[in-house]
Amino acid sequence: MKKQPKPVTNPYLAGTMLGVVLFAAFALTHSGLGASGAISRIQVSLTKLIWQSHVDKVGTFALMGAGDTNPLDHASVFLLLGTFAGGMISALFNRRLRFEILKGPRISKTQRLFFALIGGVIMGYGARFARGCTSGQALSGGAVLSLGSWAFMFCVFIGGYATAYFVRRLWAD
Amino acid sequence: MLPLDISSELGKAGGYLVFFLIGTGFGVALELAGFGDSRRLAAQFYFKDMTVLKTMFTGIIVACLLIFLSSAVGFLDFTQLAVNQTFLWPGIIGGLIMGVGFIVGGYCPGTSLVATASFKLDGLLFLIGAVLGAGLFGESLPKFEDFWYSSFTDRYLVSDWLGWSIGATVFAVILFALIMFYGAEKVEEYFRIRGTGKVMSWKITRRSYLFGAGTLVVLASLVWIIGQPDPVRKWKYMESRYAVQLTTKAVFIHPLEYVKTNNEATIKLITLDLRPGKDFEAFHLSGSQNVTLDDLFKTSVVAPLAQLPPQGVVVLIAENDSVSIKAWKYLKVQGVVNLYILENGLQNWKSLFADKTVAGKTFNLASPPSEVLKLFPKDSFIQKIKIGSKKRAGGLCS
Repeated sequence: MKKQPKPVTNPYLAGTMLGVVLFAAFALTHSGLGASGAISRIQVSLTKLIWQSHVDKVGTFALMGAGDTNPLDHASVFLLLGTFAGGMISALFNRRLRFEILKGPRISKTQRLFFALIGGVIMGYGARFARGCTSGQALSGGAVLSLGSWAFMFCVFIGGYATAYFVRRLWAD
Repeated sequence: MLPLDISSELGKAGGYLVFFLIGTGFGVALELAGFGDSRRLAAQFYFKDMTVLKTMFTGIIVACLLIFLSSAVGFLDFTQLAVNQTFLWPGIIGGLIMGVGFIVGGYCPGTSLVATASFKLDGLLFLIGAVLGAGLFGESLPKFEDFWYSSFTDRYLVSDWLGWSIGATVFAVILFALIMFYGAEKVEEYFRIRGTGKVMSWKITRRSYLFGAGTLVVLASLVWIIGQPDPVRKWKYMESRYAVQLTTKAVFIHPLEYVKTNNEATIKLITLDLRPGKDFEAFHLSGSQNVTLDDLFKTSVVAPLAQLPPQGVVVLIAENDSVSIKAWKYLKVQGVVNLYILENGLQNWKSLFADKTVAGKTFNLASPPSEVLKLFPKDSFIQKIKIGSKKRAGGLCS
């Protein structure tokens, strides 16, 4: 028996919920949301497992994980774990929890996985460059009117729209 | 008064639990919006599905209104919120790169978490890629480190850039968002619905749309009309928190402590002298700046003080207590952390130091060396200065 996934929520409603969560984050912790910071920490802790001396040498890695410092001992990591849990819970209740590869119809599954990986690398790199991602910079920084965050947000959209034509085969029907 | 410092209230583990719960709300909201699906996210960039724009902007303006409304009525102290530091050009370049990654990979870091949590394999591959990309960045940074640290302004708001009040800026942002929403609906209708005859999976009536827009405009107007509190109004809101430091004289320091602090290399000392200009000309301490009470209402004067590093200390000098206390109140509520008053100003300065010599020589009264302290009994003063705690910058992503 294959259950049909429930329809997604009205984006304005979901957006309002997002805004309330974001406000709660600021109200309870002084900071907004974020994901890329924790992803960096995961990267540093994985590197630590196999190559501690390298972590000590590279500037930005050392800040998070030099010597005995545990890069995962940080609030952002718990925020990430929560985001993961929340995603899973919601997917479960909305019948969207399913092993699958989401892709445009014109490419193969392998191609999709390849481009997902490449896209992730580019994103991970860009997020460090910008000192934040859409959750940390755009949402959180945007809500407190930080100029850099608004500029960043526009650039993400510009970058995406400018590239969309060239990768249309990934997504086109 | 918000914000709370949940980690100090509940301890580290309790704080981490709160972060976990907030993250859960975040993940649920993202998933409900359908952001666990790369196809929906990518469709944004082909104008077929504007969910990303609608959700993101709604989230931003809702949070923005809640923050600045609660700040306007004295429920929240905005100076205590972490505002991302602006590194303008790295942010622009980074944003463009991320845009490319978004459309190639179909996710952003937050949404890829949700996708992975929903067992989407493409989401997992993206997440792995993001971890690798972060590592790649760390490795390559030394090559362009100067650029990465360039075009920096700490805590620079859109309102500062425009020269508008926060209320006017918030109102403009809400209007901008509403225009974007209208445009998004029209664009979607054109590119998606007319082409295929498909129906959107959720229903929104024109009435609820106008009601929502109306509510936002009303709230934004309230923010603008009530306005953000000036230091005088803000002191009324925050008096109960800070007044005790004044009544117990916890922030009044002895001239000897000033000399000690001034000579301490690890501390960055800023001295503000509120006395009339001619008194300042006649004699003032080396390195002190002459300011008026009115200056303390100006962002250009206060911002650098509020953004000092944890080892930055500000000391106020005035001809009488009522002036220095007023100045202390105004600066305190604008976010200056380590703030002290030189007790009795400079009235006893000369009598204290005039006839003292160090190593047989007299010294400049405007900057007594630390050796002078040895000339006084050890318990001449009580150490009051304590270096304040964390900085309110950056947030979670740096």
